[in-house]
Amino acid sequence: MGLGYTEKVMEHFKSPHNMGEIKNPDGVGKVGNPVCGDVMKIYIKVRRYKGKEVIGDIKFQTYGCVSAIATTSMMTKLAKGKDLDAALKISRNDVANALGGLPPIKMHCSHLATEALEAAIKDYRKTGKKKAK
Amino acid sequence: MMDKVYLDNAATTRVDSEVLKAMEPYFTKDFGNMASLHSCGREAEHAVEKARRDISKKVNGKDHKLVFTSGGTESNNFTLKGVAFANRDKGKHIITTKIEHECILNAAKWLEKQGFDVTYLPVNKEGFVELDVFSDAIRKDTVLASIIHANNEIGTIEPIRELGKIAHDHNVLLHTDACQSFTKVPIDLKKDNIDLMTINSPKIHGPKGAGGLFIRQGVKMEPLLHGGGQEFGYRSGTVNVSGIVGFAKAVDIMKDKHLKHMEKIRDMLIDGATDIPESWLNGPRGKDRLANNAHFSFRHIEGESLIVHLDLKGIAASTGSACSSKSLEPSHVLMAIGLQPEDAHGSIRFSVGKENTKEEIEYTLRSLHEAVETLRKMSPLK
Ligand SMILES: Cc1ncc(COP(=O)(O)O)c(C=O)c1O
Repeated sequence: MGLGYTEKVMEHFKSPHNMGEIKNPDGVGKVGNPVCGDVMKIYIKVRRYKGKEVIGDIKFQTYGCVSAIATTSMMTKLAKGKDLDAALKISRNDVANALGGLPPIKMHCSHLATEALEAAIKDYRKTGKKKAK
Repeated sequence: MMDKVYLDNAATTRVDSEVLKAMEPYFTKDFGNMASLHSCGREAEHAVEKARRDISKKVNGKDHKLVFTSGGTESNNFTLKGVAFANRDKGKHIITTKIEHECILNAAKWLEKQGFDVTYLPVNKEGFVELDVFSDAIRKDTVLASIIHANNEIGTIEPIRELGKIAHDHNVLLHTDACQSFTKVPIDLKKDNIDLMTINSPKIHGPKGAGGLFIRQGVKMEPLLHGGGQEFGYRSGTVNVSGIVGFAKAVDIMKDKHLKHMEKIRDMLIDGATDIPESWLNGPRGKDRLANNAHFSFRHIEGESLIVHLDLKGIAASTGSACSSKSLEPSHVLMAIGLQPEDAHGSIRFSVGKENTKEEIEYTLRSLHEAVETLRKMSPLK
């Protein structure tokens, strides 16, 4: 199929990591717009580990194209287990590179994926902090 | 899993083995240039003239010249530019629709830059051009109306005879792009009031690189390609003899039973796919729908993902989703029939061919149900 996706992208599209919802999440982030064809929603559960706030669990739901699904999957894989500050440092290029690259026209998908994570962490810092154990 | 299920016949088709056989001698034995005087060129010329007669007969083309071209894109560009420039003294207004193939739309946009005026007619929810909308758009300086015969995305067959009548009552030339409908919908150039008509070989199991334009005698046209004066001076360049012979063979072998078969499996697809909750058929049902086209929208999922899921199961289809296009815009046809962009993204086209079997359609429907379910599970939209 002439879409120019790498094998890694196809792998994550076929068997996405961390797909689904978290009941009672500590933070939720939602970005994108159905009109443009992508919506990504990230759920996080935060744990304390050695004095740091760590992403204990992360799940995603995505409406979008192959690269939207693959980038959210990869992003959750990179973020899981990281402390929040380190997770915020994950860049769109990190996600794209971990997938072996994305077609140029699809680079905005990896941008959206990192934005969704940022939104979830922000949400946690604003509202979920008290709940986290 | 099935081997390969090809349901993208509106994009292009497999060359039929009979077509290939008919073409072969013109590569190796009668390969001469039609314009040459020796016997090798004569054989080629006979073959092309026979093809021209045979294809013309199919559409009652007695009053028309069939000019062979390289395909739909060339015939449509030739029409718009050729008629516009040759009739500038008469007027500079052209009418077309919002649901044309890109080759019409982009040629029309280019003409606008050259100082021509173009009206793009809206269509209704099922994709039909309404007759009074058309007649209201005609002006004193209108020279040409170009209206697609059957839409390549949603399969709507336009009321070309009535539209042609209106055009002629106002002394406007009517062109129709019949790339999708030729051999699938009965056409009578005379009765249907058609002055110019585009036809295309690769959509009907003929070779790529062959197509044609019917031009009514007396219609003023500038050529697109200037040169040695082949094809009555309308289209210079060494004539594609093998392609034309193959095209004519493809026309000849299309039979009523193939159409009946395509309609039957198309309706199987329509019934089975619209069983999926929050899904619908785009374009009309019944006799005003192209025999081989089934086009659906599924809420809350995106078309490229759906296409790739099906591709992983060996099924080839196509989508009007923005994500699959170079522009990241949803299909202009789906916008014109009033779909919301988010619904246009979740659209898919299956176009069947005479070779598809009932078993393939059953397998496709099972795979489609699974793929939609998988993607909806993944989707945050409810
Ligand atoms: C309605 C219509 N017009 C024009 C074309 C262009 O034909 P081609 O790509 O053979 O030049 C197509 C094929 O995609 C078509 O479906």
